[in-house]
Amino acid sequence: MATKVVMEALSPTMEEGRLVRWLKQEGEPVRAGDVLAEVETDKAVMELPARGEGVLRKVIAPAGSTVPVGQLVGIVARPDEDISSLLAGTRAAEPPAAMARAASASPAAGAPGPQAPAIAPASAPASAAAAAPESPVTPAAPSAGRKPKASPLARRIARERGLDLALVPGSGPGGRIIKRDLERAVAVAAVPAGPARPREAGYQDVPLTQIRKTIARRLAESLGPVPHFFLTVDVDMERAWDAREALNALGEEPKITFNDIIVKVVAQALKQHRACNAWWQGEFIRYFDEVHIGVAVAVEDGLITPVIRHADRKSLREIARETRDLAERARQRKLKPEEYTGSTFSISNLGMMGIREFTAVINPPEAGILAIGSITPQPVAEGSTVAIRRRMRLTMSCDHRVIDGATGARFLQTVRRMLENPLAIVW
Amino acid sequence: MANSTFDVIILGGGPAGYVCAIRAAQLGLHTAVVEKDKLGGICVNIGCIPSKALLHSAYVANLIRQEAKDLGITVGQVEMDFGTAMRRSRQVSEQNSKGVEFLLKKHKVTVIRGTGTLLAGRKVRVGTDVLSATRAVVLATGTRAKGLPQAGLEINGRSVISSDEALLLDRAPKSIAIVGAGPIGVEFADVFNAFGSQVTLIEILPRILPLEDADSSSAIAKSFKKRGITCLAGAKVTKARVSEQGVALEVEAKGKTHTLEAEKVLVAAGRALNLDGLGLEEAGVNRSDRGFVQVDEHLQTTAQGVYAIGDIAGPPMLAHKGSREGIVVAEWLAGQKPQPIRYDNIPSVTYCHPEVASIGLTEEQCQERKLDYAVGRFPFTASGRARATNETDGFVKILRDKKYGEILGAHIVASHASEMIHELALARANEYTVEEIELAVHAHPTLSEAIAEAALDSLDRVLHI
Repeated sequence: MATKVVMEALSPTMEEGRLVRWLKQEGEPVRAGDVLAEVETDKAVMELPARGEGVLRKVIAPAGSTVPVGQLVGIVARPDEDISSLLAGTRAAEPPAAMARAASASPAAGAPGPQAPAIAPASAPASAAAAAPESPVTPAAPSAGRKPKASPLARRIARERGLDLALVPGSGPGGRIIKRDLERAVAVAAVPAGPARPREAGYQDVPLTQIRKTIARRLAESLGPVPHFFLTVDVDMERAWDAREALNALGEEPKITFNDIIVKVVAQALKQHRACNAWWQGEFIRYFDEVHIGVAVAVEDGLITPVIRHADRKSLREIARETRDLAERARQRKLKPEEYTGSTFSISNLGMMGIREFTAVINPPEAGILAIGSITPQPVAEGSTVAIRRRMRLTMSCDHRVIDGATGARFLQTVRRMLENPLAIVW
Repeated sequence: MANSTFDVIILGGGPAGYVCAIRAAQLGLHTAVVEKDKLGGICVNIGCIPSKALLHSAYVANLIRQEAKDLGITVGQVEMDFGTAMRRSRQVSEQNSKGVEFLLKKHKVTVIRGTGTLLAGRKVRVGTDVLSATRAVVLATGTRAKGLPQAGLEINGRSVISSDEALLLDRAPKSIAIVGAGPIGVEFADVFNAFGSQVTLIEILPRILPLEDADSSSAIAKSFKKRGITCLAGAKVTKARVSEQGVALEVEAKGKTHTLEAEKVLVAAGRALNLDGLGLEEAGVNRSDRGFVQVDEHLQTTAQGVYAIGDIAGPPMLAHKGSREGIVVAEWLAGQKPQPIRYDNIPSVTYCHPEVASIGLTEEQCQERKLDYAVGRFPFTASGRARATNETDGFVKILRDKKYGEILGAHIVASHASEMIHELALARANEYTVEEIELAVHAHPTLSEAIAEAALDSLDRVLHI
C-alpha cells in the first residue's frame, strides 16, 4: 500500500523545512523507521523517517527545496504499485499547511506566544469599551504624556507599588481609575502565590483578566508583538569572582564559569519569583513551578537556546557539565527538539565578548530574558574614597503583558543579592 | 383598569420604591407604584421622619433644662406634653407623605392603591386587576415592626408596644423598658427620658449601639447614664409577665437574674420582612438563607425581570441604602450603566443626643481583618466652636490605612454628627485619603474642623491637642 511522505513538524515551532539531502534514492527499498532525508528546521537539522514500507518510488521535493509542513515530498509504495492516481490527486488532497500545523502543534494547550497578539485585538475592544467609557484604545504613548484620571487613593497605591496607571482601564465615574481597578490589575500577579494551584501539573494556568487583556493589547499595539521593557542592575562581582577562583582551585573538571554561576543564581531567584517564570499564552498566563533555563548559544549562522532543565535543583558542576555538552552539540546542530524547547526563562551572555551591557530579545512565549554584560573593574565611591571593584551589568527584558516593572525589579534585586553573596546558592 | 401595562411596576411606595419610580420616570419609563398604605412608607409615616420630630422636642427640652440658665435665659417650670409633640410629628409625616404624592404625580408615575401580589411572567395582581410589566417588576415591600415572642413579648399595642405605637402615644409612660439598643431603641430612650419617663434600655449584645465603634457606644452609654437612663448591656430578657397595666420582665445579666417592672415595654429588636403572601414562590423568586430576597449584583432576583430593593434585599436596612438601590435599578432598566453601589460606604446615623454617625469599618473590624491601621482622634472638648455652643460631648475618630492613607472608617459622636459624616462619605466615595481631607481648608470656628484635626492626628500632626 502506498504511503505519502510529507514534511513533518519536527519541532513545535517548525512551520517549514528545507530538504538538505535525500538519504534514499528513488527505487531504493525502504522499511518503516528508515531515515529518508535530512531536514533543516528553524533550530536544527533533523531526520525525516519513513512511515511505511516498500520502495521510495518518487521524490517530489528535490534536495535544497524548502517545503511547508504537511506538504507531500515523496511517495513510498510497492515496486509495482500504480501511484499515478496518488501523484495526480495529491495536490487537491493535501492538507492545507495551516491545518497540519495546528494538528501537530505542541501538546501544551493554547496558542503559542507569537500568535497571541493576533487573537487579542479580536476579543478585546468589546471588553475595553465596557470597562472604560473613555475608550483607552489609542495605541500611542501608553505611559508618557496624557495623565490618566485616577482617584487620590489609586494614585497613592500605584506610586507605592510601582504600577503604571496608564495601563489600567478605569471603572469609576467618567472612567476614573479607582482602587478596585488596581486590585484587579494586580490580582493576576498575586495569584501565583495563592494556595489553590494544582501542584501535580507542575505549572498553573491563570486565565487573563479583562485588564490583563487590555494591557496586553495596548502594549502590543505600541511596542510590537511582544511588549518589551528593560531593567538594568549593576552587580558587584568581587565575591563571586573569589568564589569561582576558589572552586576552580580545587582542580576539578569542568571549570566553573561565571555563566554557570549566573544560571544557578537566576534559577534559584526564579524559584522565589514565580511571577517572572512564566509563559504568555495569549488567553492566559502559565506560571511554572519548575525552572528550565535557556542559555543562548551562538552557532554558525545564528543562535540556539539549549535548555538546562531544573537548573534550580542542579549543582554548579552539573550545570557546568551540561552547558558544555549542550553548547557543543548545538554548534554541531545535533540537538534534539526537547533539548532546546521548554525553557521557562532565558539568559544571553555577551560578557566574554567585552560587551558592557545590551538588551536581549525575548524568546516567546517566555516572559523574560536576562542579558549578561562583561565583568570589568570600575571605580566605585566608598565613603569619600574611590575604590576599584569588579562590576557586571545585567539587563532584563520583560514582557510587560506578564511582568510589571516592580515585579521584574524585585526579581533582579534577588539576583543581585545572591551574586553579591554567592553563598546564597547553598542557602 | 384602562391601562394595565407599564414598563416598570414597583411594589411598595417607601424610600426604595418611590425613589425608584421617580428615577425610572425621569428616564422615560412608564412606571406604576402599588401601595396599600400611605406613600413614603415606614420612613416617612412611622419611622425616620416622625421620630426626628420627637427627638427635636427632646433636644429642645434638654437644652432648656440643662443650659438655659447658663446661657442667660430664665425660663419657668418646664412642662412636657408628649401628645402635643406627637401631633406635631404627625403633621410633619403628613406633609412629607403629601410631598411624595406630589413628586410621583409630577413625574407622571401611576399610583395604584392596594396590595400587590407577584404573578409569574412579570405580572402583578392588585385586587381583581392584573397588571403586566414589559421590563420589570421591582419588589420594595420593606419591613414591619415585630415583637419578641420567644421572651413572651407579643405586641399588644398597650403595655407591649413597637415603634409604631410609641410614635402615636398620647402621653409618655411613667416607666418604659426598651428591648434592643440599636438605633431605634436608643432614639426612643432619648425621647422618653426627655419626656420624663423612667427608661431602662436592655441590649443582649455586650454594649449599646453594638454595630457602632466601641468608643461611640461608650460615649452614648456615659451620656445616657448622666441623664438617668439605665443601660443593661449583655442582658437577655428571659421571661415576661404581661398585663394591661404593665409588664414585669426577668432579665438575665452576668449570670444574675433581675426583675424589672415597667408601665410599657417597647420592643425594638429587629423587624420582620414583608414577604408573606407576596407570591414569591409562584414567581420563582428565591430567598437567601437569612430570609432576604436573593438578588444578584444588579439586584435581580432569581426570577427573570423581577428585582428587589430596600430592606427585603438585605442589610443594612436603611432608607438611604434602599433609595440608592432604587436609583440603580431604574438606571439599569433604562439601559444605563450606573456605578455599582458601594455597600461598604453607606453612612449610619443614630439621632440621639449627642448624635452618633459612622461610615466604613469600626476599629474592632480593622483588628479582625488584621489591617495595618492608624487612629486619628479629636475630642470636641478641644474645639472652640463646641465650647462656645456648649456641645463638647463627643469626638471624631478616623481609622486610616497606614501604608496608603485610605480612610478605612470614621466615627463621629457630636451634636450634629449626622450632618458632619458626609464629608467622610464624600471623601471615601472619591477615594480621598486623610491627606486630601486635611488639605481642604476648614472654616473656623466649626465642628467640622474636628474632622480635619482627626485626619491630622492620624498622621501624627494634630495641631490643637
